[in-house]
Amino acid sequence: MNGPLSVATIVAALILAAWYLLRTALDRAPSRFDLLASVALSALVTVLVVVAVIGLFGSSRPHDTATFVGYLFTTIAFAPTAIVLARMEPTRWGSLILGVGALVLPVLVLRLQQIASVPLA
Amino acid sequence: MPEENSTTTRPRDAALNSGLGRVLLLVYGIFALSASARALVQISTHFSEAPLAYLLSAVAGLVYIAATAGLARGGVRGRMIALVSCSIELVGVLVVGTLSVVDAVAFPDDTVWSHFGSGYGYVPLVLPFVGLWWIWNHRPA
Repeated sequence: MNGPLSVATIVAALILAAWYLLRTALDRAPSRFDLLASVALSALVTVLVVVAVIGLFGSSRPHDTATFVGYLFTTIAFAPTAIVLARMEPTRWGSLILGVGALVLPVLVLRLQQIASVPLA
Repeated sequence: MPEENSTTTRPRDAALNSGLGRVLLLVYGIFALSASARALVQISTHFSEAPLAYLLSAVAGLVYIAATAGLARGGVRGRMIALVSCSIELVGVLVVGTLSVVDAVAFPDDTVWSHFGSGYGYVPLVLPFVGLWWIWNHRPA
């Protein structure tokens, strides 16, 4: 959970968040590129979650497994939800929705890392 | 917004009617979800450790859900629900935030409002102000 994949996801999400906030400030609706960038971010997150799920069947399960699984569901669903909502809002606020999504994702990944760092005894 | 004509049954001050309002609802929804989920896990797995903090988590979750619904609906009733729940939020984050700093023994485990919401990037401290600003900004003429 603490590997380069998590770091890559966090960095990518933060860069995208800055971009979406800039787009909001410039009063631009989400472009095709913006939506595809979020799709790419979702793909990255999906890989991260799949790796984490595989880890659940390994030797070191997190102490708080229920919370961990709950966060995994939230994490994998988050960017797709933001994309659907942003498509329903083709104004600058759609860009802000993508921005909020990209800002919350790093927090979710950090929480996953926190929970995973306390292994089941 | 193009769809405004087709939504004649929805009050004009409903947050669902405007783009910024929808973003506000998204953020409120995220907090409704995270506060309630946190309370559910805390209460179902280790309630006896800190009953006060966990009940507070549950109340916070319910207040966020009420605020989200009230802001989304608008109208006389929605405004009243949103006004009451945003006020509870504001008082809650200030009182619990202060108590968790002054009297750490009473709050051994964190809630969304502990330390003025520092665990949630202080968003819980800002959110009630934004909600109240929204209600004030959309008051009936």
